[in-house]
Amino acid sequence: MLVRAIAIAVGLMGGSAAMAQQNPQSPRDTTPAFTSVDSIDARVQGCVTCHGHQGQGTSSGYFPRIAGKPAGYLYNQLLAFKNGTRKYPPMNYLVAYLPDKYLHEIAEHFAGERPPFAAREITPADPAVVTRGQSLVTGGDESRGIPACVACHGERLTGMEPGIPGLAGLRPTYIVAQLTRWQLGDRHATEPDCMKRIATRLSDQDIVAVAAWLSRQEAPKDLSPESSNLIRMPLACGSQPRK
Amino acid sequence: MRKRTRFALFVVIGLVVAMVALYLLRPGLLPRMEGARTNATTEIIERGEYLARAGDCVACHTEVNGPAFAGGRPMPTPFGNLYVPNITPDDDTGIGLWSSDDFYRMMHTGVSRDGTLLYPAMPFANYTNVTREDSDAIYAYLMSVPPVKRENRPHELRFPFNQRELLIGWRTLYFREGEYQPDPKQSEQWNRGAYLVKGLGHCSMCHTAVNALGGSRESQAFEGGMIPNQNWYAPSLTSNREAGLGNWDLQDIADLLQVGTSKRGAVYGPMAEVVYNSLQYLTDDDAKAMAVYLRSLPPRDSEPPPPSQARLVDPSVMELGRKTYEEQCSMCHGKEGEGHGVSFPPLAGNQSITMSSPVNSIRMVLNGGYSPGTKKNPRPHGMPPFSHLLDDKAVAAVVTYIRVAWNNSGTPVTPEQANELRTLIPE
Repeated sequence: MLVRAIAIAVGLMGGSAAMAQQNPQSPRDTTPAFTSVDSIDARVQGCVTCHGHQGQGTSSGYFPRIAGKPAGYLYNQLLAFKNGTRKYPPMNYLVAYLPDKYLHEIAEHFAGERPPFAAREITPADPAVVTRGQSLVTGGDESRGIPACVACHGERLTGMEPGIPGLAGLRPTYIVAQLTRWQLGDRHATEPDCMKRIATRLSDQDIVAVAAWLSRQEAPKDLSPESSNLIRMPLACGSQPRK
Repeated sequence: MRKRTRFALFVVIGLVVAMVALYLLRPGLLPRMEGARTNATTEIIERGEYLARAGDCVACHTEVNGPAFAGGRPMPTPFGNLYVPNITPDDDTGIGLWSSDDFYRMMHTGVSRDGTLLYPAMPFANYTNVTREDSDAIYAYLMSVPPVKRENRPHELRFPFNQRELLIGWRTLYFREGEYQPDPKQSEQWNRGAYLVKGLGHCSMCHTAVNALGGSRESQAFEGGMIPNQNWYAPSLTSNREAGLGNWDLQDIADLLQVGTSKRGAVYGPMAEVVYNSLQYLTDDDAKAMAVYLRSLPPRDSEPPPPSQARLVDPSVMELGRKTYEEQCSMCHGKEGEGHGVSFPPLAGNQSITMSSPVNSIRMVLNGGYSPGTKKNPRPHGMPPFSHLLDDKAVAAVVTYIRVAWNNSGTPVTPEQANELRTLIPE
């Protein structure tokens, strides 16, 4: 329950003073900068203070790395923020009046970026917890019908075209918050919502374990998502239509 | 005892008089208009669509992510939540059985088909200006959209505001029925602009201050005010110190309305919604006409703008503001607040920055914002949120800085003002 409370608190923190104080991040990552006004770089300045110039994420644990995630996934998220089906008021507000075509262009832009990973943010965890996380991510838990994360998010955890996001480089706060939101029914994806089926089978301890192991991984050499539908996924996912 | 009887008598007589008055003051039905055109041609339906956009019907009558015009959207008011009705042509739950007479009566008098008085959240005080012909076109368009079966949700207004009879009082005070009458002394263009601004555009719903009874007075028309429940300030359109347009080029005004951005500034907040859903669809002629009318609104500034208060600001605040500005803002808005064409608005001399209420500037610094994507500017530039990077002191300092630097005539703001707005959910 504590995990939920933290996740929700973090989720609501968008503009809280608490975050202002934990700030000092490398200012270059988040200070507006571009070379030409009439460029997509200049147009996405609205994103940089939270997601960094190339979408690498910032030192604020909640704001995710978006660089290199499949364009289809990023576009789905931008649309969901615009339509209110994914709720995070600072994002809902920013994209509310942007045309879908433009959101697609923004998604393509960040999908094409390959910035280096930010320093890992390792939260202290019992080795047993980390091992549990590793086993869930790489092997799942067959007895409870939980597939391995890598089965869809890719061997390198860099996601899969067009709709499955990479998990590499995400911070534990963000992972815990998202899985918890899915568990609570606060975050959805297109039906059939495979992540909902998985998240509701995970315990709070599982979620912490998965986040702990993921956050300890080195950046893979190849940051690109796997190509579409080379593998057959264990669950049907609405955001990853089979060809 | 006798005193008591007399008092009771007074109360009874009072009640009877009040009831008779309520009955007599009830707006009557309009006479049926025989022979009104019933066969809607493509041309009429298309004009109706254009006019429905000019009236921004969709913004209120559509729930987020819901089917167009099917209603259900909660509209928070200081008196409780209203739920906007279904205006699709569904026979049971929408307006499928309405006639064009019913529709015109609703637009013109604020009385629904069944005789119910409408709450003034429906801008019938503006729509009363709309001509019969235009009302019929909008009606024809609404009849042509897909019907959606969806029951209207009852309003959740507190007592006594849930008593619709009270609206008779409101109407007596604030409602003047009547189609727009062209001013023969003005040009056709000016009259077209006035018709759109006062009628379908319902600009006064936000840009005229609303009092505690939810009414606004003609004498204060377009003088600006806080938008209830949205915590944005709708600037005065009559003051050159706010959004008064006296010294703007016509093209810049038309651009602001239709494109969403201009050389003088960009729209944001609730106005971004208006441009996105409504004004971007205006023809160039109509945008220009609105600009002509808006620019002609008589300035009502009683006093000249105050001189720059830069010298009165605590030097340490000024320095923090300057430093923050140079680090975070100058890249887009320029070293001297000169902006970057229509992409990043100028801050020097920008009335939206210097106007008396600093609410909008503080909110923009905290939450950022994108101009709406429009037909003429489909890929707008945007501003990032700074709420997680700047504390209240820095927000106040940087807003103070942009309000007083470069001879801007704004006044300083306090960290408390920044803090108050920080806790709001962006919308």
